[in-house]
Order: sequence, then C-alpha cells, then structure tokens
Amino acid sequence: MILWIENLGRIGLSFCQSVGVSGLFLSRTVFRKPRLIRLFPLVIEQIYAVGVLSMVIIVLSGLFIGMVLALQGYNILERFGAVEQLGQLVALSVVRELGPVIGGLLFAGRAGSSLTAEIGLMQVTEQLTSMEMMAVDPLWRVISPRFWAGVISMPVLIAIFCMVAMFGSYLVGVEWLGVDAGQFWSNMQASVNFRIDVVNGLIKGLVFGIVVTWIAVYQGYYAVPTAAGIGRATTKTVVYGSLAILGLDFILTSVMLGGW
Amino acid sequence: MLPAIFYEIIKNFLYYNNLTLMIIDEVFKLIFGQDFIQMTDNFVEISDLYFTRNDHWIFRDISLCIPRGKIVAIMGPSGSGKTTLLRLISAQLYPRRGQVLVNGTDIHSLNQTDLYKIRNSMGMLFQSGALFTNIDVFENVAFPLRERTKLPEDIIRSVVLMQLEAVGLRGARDLMPSELSGGMARRVALARALVLNPQLMMYDEPFTGQDPITMGVLVKLIRSLNDNLGLTSIIVSHDVAETMSIADYVYVIADTRIIGEGTPEQVLNDKSPMVAQFIHGLADGPVAFHYPANKYQEDLQL
Ligand SMILES: Nc1ncnc2c1ncn2[C@@H]1O[C@H](COP(=O)(O)OP(=O)(O)OP(=O)(O)O)[C@@H](O)[C@H]1O
Ligand SMILES: [Mg+2]
Repeated sequence: MILWIENLGRIGLSFCQSVGVSGLFLSRTVFRKPRLIRLFPLVIEQIYAVGVLSMVIIVLSGLFIGMVLALQGYNILERFGAVEQLGQLVALSVVRELGPVIGGLLFAGRAGSSLTAEIGLMQVTEQLTSMEMMAVDPLWRVISPRFWAGVISMPVLIAIFCMVAMFGSYLVGVEWLGVDAGQFWSNMQASVNFRIDVVNGLIKGLVFGIVVTWIAVYQGYYAVPTAAGIGRATTKTVVYGSLAILGLDFILTSVMLGGW
Repeated sequence: MLPAIFYEIIKNFLYYNNLTLMIIDEVFKLIFGQDFIQMTDNFVEISDLYFTRNDHWIFRDISLCIPRGKIVAIMGPSGSGKTTLLRLISAQLYPRRGQVLVNGTDIHSLNQTDLYKIRNSMGMLFQSGALFTNIDVFENVAFPLRERTKLPEDIIRSVVLMQLEAVGLRGARDLMPSELSGGMARRVALARALVLNPQLMMYDEPFTGQDPITMGVLVKLIRSLNDNLGLTSIIVSHDVAETMSIADYVYVIADTRIIGEGTPEQVLNDKSPMVAQFIHGLADGPVAFHYPANKYQEDLQL
C-alpha cells in the first residue's frame, strides 16, 4: 500500500516536472526576440519537410475517408429515403470532427515522429551542442522553425483533408450511387455554417498543430542520447500526440457545442 | 595605451586578492568605458573545481591555468574526464563547486546572451566531429559565418575555401558528411571551428584517426595558428609523442585530480610513478586501467 502511494507520488512528481520543463521549453522557443527575416526562409524550408511531404498521406486518406463515409451514409439514409442529405452528413462530420482528428493523428504519425527522430539524432551526434558552441541557439535555429512550420501546416493540411474527403464522397455518392448532384451540393452548402463549423474545425486544427508539434520537438530535444532512446522518444511522440488530440478534441467539442 | 599601463601599475600595486582586482576592473571600466580585464595573462583559470556524474567523482579539487597565447595539453587515460573538462570550460556543463574564469569572467555565472558573447571567442573541435549531417562540407564550414556575420557571399566563399585548403579538403567541399571518412570529418570540423578566428581553441583529440602525414600537417597548423594569430589552445590527447612535440605546458589528469604538470621535458622526466606509467605506457602501475569495479573473481563468481 505504502509502495503504491509512493509510486503514485513519484509518477505525479515526474509528470509535473515534465510538464514544467516542456512548458519552459515551449516558452523559450516561442517568446524570443523575433528575427523574422532570418527565420522566414528556415520556416519555409521546414514547411516543405513537415507539411508538403505529408500531403500524399493526407490527400489519400482524405479521399478514402470521404468515400467510405458516403457509402455508409448512403446505406443508412436510404432507409429513411433521405439520400439527398448525404452531402450534409459528410460535410458536417468531416469538417467538425473527422478532418481535424484524423488529420491530426496522421500528422502526428507522419511529421511528428520524423521531427522527433531528426532532432533526437542531432542531439545524439552533438550537432546541437556544437551549434551552441558557435553561439547559435539551437532553440532558435533548429526548434523554432520546425515548431512554426508544424503550427502553420496543420490547419492547412486539415483544410485540404476536408476538401478531398468531400470530393471523395461526391465521387461515390453522386458518380457511383447516383445521388442528384445539385441536391448533394446545395444541401451541403445550406447546412454548413462558416462561423460555427469551418472556423471551429480550423481552431481545432490549430490547437492540435501546436500540441503535436510541441510534443514532437520536445521529445526529440530531450531524447535519451542512444539509439533505443530515440526509438522510445519517437514512440512517445505518436502515443502522447494521439492521446492529446483525442482528449483535446473532446474538451474543445464540448466547449464549442455547449458554450457557443 | 596609457590607461592600460596605468591599469597594470595600479593592479600590481593594490593587488592582494581577487576582490580588489574585481573592484579595480570595475572602476577602470567606469572611468575609461573599456574592459581591461583581458590584460590578465591567463586566458582560462580553473580553481577548486568539483564535478560529479551519477554520484561518481570526475574531478575533486582541480586547479589549473591556461596562459594566453600558449598551447596547453591535457593528457590522461581514457575516461579520466578530459572531454568533461573542456565542457566545463565552455559552460556546457556546470560544476558542483569551484570557478572557471575565461578571459577574467566567471563563465558559469553568465546568462545566455553573455555566455554566447564569450563563446564567440571560443572554438571547439568535438571528439566526434559533430558535423551537420543535412548540409555538405562547404555549407558546414560556412555555417558559423552565415549565422554570426553579415559577410557577402563571395567573401564567405573565399574564407571557407581557405579554411578547407588549410586542412587539405578543398576538393571535398561538395561531399556530404556521411561520405567522409572519420579522419576527414574531423578535419572539416577543425576548419569549421577555426573559421571565425576564435581566441581560444579547444581540440578534443585532434590527432586520432589521422595518418602520419596528416598528423604532421595538423601539428604544424595548430602551432602556426598559435604563433601567427596569437591563439590560445587547449589540446586534449593521449598521443604522447605528438602532444609533447607541440605543447608548451602539459597537465596530466587521472583519478579525479591532476597527477602531474610541467613543460614537456619536466613531464617526460617526471619520477612520480603515476605520471611515468602513463607517459611510458606501462600496463602495471598505480594508474587504474579499469573503470572502478568490484573484484574480478566476485564478478565471475569463482
Ligand atoms: N553523459 C554522461 N553521463 C554520465 N557519465 C558520463 C557522461 N559522459 C561521460 N561520463 C563519464 O565521465 C567520465 C569522463 O568522461 P570523458 O568523456 O570526459 O572522458 P575522456 O577523458 O574524454 O575519455 P576519452 O579519452 O576516452 O575520450 C567517464 O568515466 C564517463 O563514464
Ligand atoms: Mg574524450
């Protein structure tokens, strides 16, 4: 029993400690004298690595999710004779939930893990220390561009994901199953509210982007400098990132539906 | 010039401890708006340094000085903490107790901005090279110039090529670090460390993995940098012959403390058993070849 309490205390302490360390780490990455002219090209370079290279997986999964949604939705709506509502069903579920959540999970798996591995490897091979010895702050030169690139890329990727998913559902619903194209689009247009649905979806995307990238760069920067340590850090990025997305999604959704 | 002489006279006249020295420095700084502190003769001064790692003593009460413009070698068996010492001097690590003065400032008391200012005058060759693996050799050497200076592209190009020529790798400028041999990578790292003309160079094992010809070139290069540019150098090595040929002063560390020091001749002729054992490479003697452990027989369960 005592041992159990002791362990609980230890876990609690180490949790608080890592939250504190990562908070400091984030604030030292974000709140610093802006040197935008120097930072801008670095961020662009990282947006390519983090965002553009994640496009393929985002587009493909968006397409399939949209197509599956259309199939399933058509099957159910058909029972009520309401197949023309398909556009509405797909658009609302994708923009409100599936887009941000699945996009975020894919981002954590694709971009987050590679960020962690890259930074962890730079740490192991003393590249970050040697940068510090040249009086170049690695937080500024290495971490900050990657962080901003992740934060910027995520909402854009999620927007792309949503659009492709709707296109996928159009392909299946209209082209294959024969829903009327005019009804499909006009129902969708009438039911999706820009302020409530689209903006809230993008807010989710932004929050997930911040959290996932933060976890990824933190895990890389503080990875135990061994091969196994980097492996563990990469796993942690994906696990913590995914859990954070799902947990935050619940909180954000309840705030958005309840409060607004 | 005159204030500098005045400063020296006052300092010698009033000097009896570090505090008065500090006050004098501050007063002079106030009056002349200029730091005279770099006029002291030791670039690095380490006093009463204690350092532990995982409850395992690395240093216990180490004091040493690196005189300005000299080449000082730190020697000692593997695992004795030579790399750790360099990391303490450059404030990558913080000591348990004790002080490291670099150019007259306590380097471990600085905030990040001031620390980076001092690091601008330091160069370090890492034991592993630590090249940036995502950019090629040329960009690696150009990195400090691009980050720390606003030089135009053509000047950066000539400076980088000059540095690479000095280490014999001008032809390798387009290779990626993964395409270099170990010795080549360390020479690129040397070029990169030297490109900003530091006042203090720390070489961690510069000769390891180099063939005899390259070794000779490197020894000459290090010597000529010191003599022509007034660099201060710290060389960490266990290559006894090479190090003795180049160093002005040698410290031998082992077993958490300094076991011998002096000019190369003094160290070579040192009669103390520990130093003699290390210098002449004898297997039997007081210096432990093994990392601290329990009895061999017990471990093997005989
Ligand atoms: N990151 C670390 N964590 C814990 N202990 C360490 C770490 N780095 C080094 N040590 C310990 O510190 C001691 C000194 O290491 P250091 O790297 O300074 O040795 P060294 O004199 O440079 O050896 P070599 O000549 O082999 O490079 C070693 O006993 C090592 O076990
Ligand atoms: Mg070493």
